[in-house]
Amino acid sequence: MPAILPKPWQNAGMREAYGKTLVKLGAENPNVVVLDADLSGSTQTKMFGKAYPERFFNMGIAEQNMTGVAAGFAVSGKIPFMSTFAVFATGRNYDQVRQSIAYPENNVKIVATHSGVSVGPDGATHQALEDVALMRGLPYMTVIAPADAVETEKAILAVAKMHGPVYVRLTRSPSPVIFGPDYDFKIGKGVFLREGKDVSIVSTGTMTVPAVQAAEILASQGIDAAVLHMPTIKPIDVDALLKASETRKIVTVEEHSVINGLGSAVAENLAYYNPTRQMRIGTEDRFGESGSAEELYDKYGLTAPKIAERIKVFMKH
Amino acid sequence: MPHAPELILSLERIAAKIRIDVIKMIAKAGTGHPGGSLSATDVMTALYFHHMRHDPKNPKWEERDRFVLSKGHVCPALYSAMAESGYFPVSELMTLRQLGTRLQGHPAMQYLPGLEITTGSLGQGLSAGLGMALAARVGKKEWRVYCMMGDGENDEGQIWEAAMAAGHFKTDNLTAILDRNSLQIDGCTENVMCLDPIADKWRAFGWNVIEIDGHSMEAIMDALDLATTVKGKPTIIIAKTVKGKGVSFMENNAEWHGKAPNKEQTEIALKELEAQAAKLGVEVSKED
Repeated sequence: MPAILPKPWQNAGMREAYGKTLVKLGAENPNVVVLDADLSGSTQTKMFGKAYPERFFNMGIAEQNMTGVAAGFAVSGKIPFMSTFAVFATGRNYDQVRQSIAYPENNVKIVATHSGVSVGPDGATHQALEDVALMRGLPYMTVIAPADAVETEKAILAVAKMHGPVYVRLTRSPSPVIFGPDYDFKIGKGVFLREGKDVSIVSTGTMTVPAVQAAEILASQGIDAAVLHMPTIKPIDVDALLKASETRKIVTVEEHSVINGLGSAVAENLAYYNPTRQMRIGTEDRFGESGSAEELYDKYGLTAPKIAERIKVFMKH
Repeated sequence: MPHAPELILSLERIAAKIRIDVIKMIAKAGTGHPGGSLSATDVMTALYFHHMRHDPKNPKWEERDRFVLSKGHVCPALYSAMAESGYFPVSELMTLRQLGTRLQGHPAMQYLPGLEITTGSLGQGLSAGLGMALAARVGKKEWRVYCMMGDGENDEGQIWEAAMAAGHFKTDNLTAILDRNSLQIDGCTENVMCLDPIADKWRAFGWNVIEIDGHSMEAIMDALDLATTVKGKPTIIIAKTVKGKGVSFMENNAEWHGKAPNKEQTEIALKELEAQAAKLGVEVSKED
């Protein structure tokens, strides 16, 4: 089991980690090119643009074209990373991702920032809660949601090495860093962050930290919860899920709609391999709204105390 | 530089053969898009049999010029040009659109070596072509990119995103060809969604525009040569063409956008095309 760093956890931004990692990749591999759609200051691809201006392409506010251009780079032997906010990286250009990237299995890395409700004040238009649903429905697409800045770096390095289309889902706000430098990230592998015999919490992305904290709250109340962090939503780690299902109760937690995200992926697999009672925590079948990230997490039940509360109720039934 | 009459004639002969292939393929499949395939044939012939640097025996040759068929539905003409130039056996053309074929209903690069990108959903090819052109710049390569679009396809917003970007990046190694047959599925392009003044639109986006008769092999060859010499901006060749070119009942008739001829219609079409081919001195085989 990977050791989680001792508390207090320091905050760091996934976006900054992404920007720095791109610069590192740019130095290692002259085939890495980066595209952005007028949000390079937000996505932090500007770091790469500054270091390697001849390999950085600001495509303007034109995501459909950016997606096709990325495909053109990929078929020419380049390794394109394309970035913008998650709503625009998966929704605005869905058909382009489907036709020009996924279907021909082109080696494009879609790295989106600003997923989930933690985008905050911008409101529902900018809060992607269906992006995992869109991307995981595409054949050949790998879908990854790192939990913190360290895992972001490791995930970006890993996807640069694999061949094929990938969607990496990052968030806007800095978040606690729980993984140390020795953490071993592998595409397609879940990691148990905590053992437990009463219930297993399966989490991804930004919800892994509150999942761990919820397990701590539950422990203080006599409920022994395991935590399985699932950074790769597709392909999902079925072996890890089978082990988690030994508790006979599963709770999935994600900053995404409960429809067609991690919760659905877990349910689809366990329904076949080992039917297990499951509760899905995420945003319900609704759009987000304006507010601070903290307010929205609280309102939608995505804080550690609220997650723990719901699990307690689930344990009684 | 004027092209030798012998060269022009040899290309016209190949185009005549491709048109016959197109009708045979679509008739065999019982499904497909003859109208646009026939309008695009002459430009594709010029590209595959003279203008482009490519090696059918080594489709992944890195220095090759790239061809993108953005109007993917007219792939029968492309498949024929590829087969006739040696990418795969001509006999394979008759597998078009059938289960297990490499000749998918719309071009799929993952099935058939020599296809540069997968197309079919309209409006996407020019972006991919731009990516290839920019990749040449990044890699300091000399290859050129040719992208054929339909005119109806210019309804798509993504085309204009790509047009703006290519103008912005001044990709003079990118040549687009607009197969301006003035018909789309629901009728005349100007009635469905007005495109004119189409040349002005492309100019306004920073492109060099050349307007030609898209069935004059000489004009096509001259335009392709000229585009190569233009620096600092991409070129679009607006090739005025006839949808269904060469088959009397298909010409300028939107009904033949996406319909296979029946047995009788196929016989008439082939008779007409074979007569045209014979006139150019092509020996037409009577197989299949």
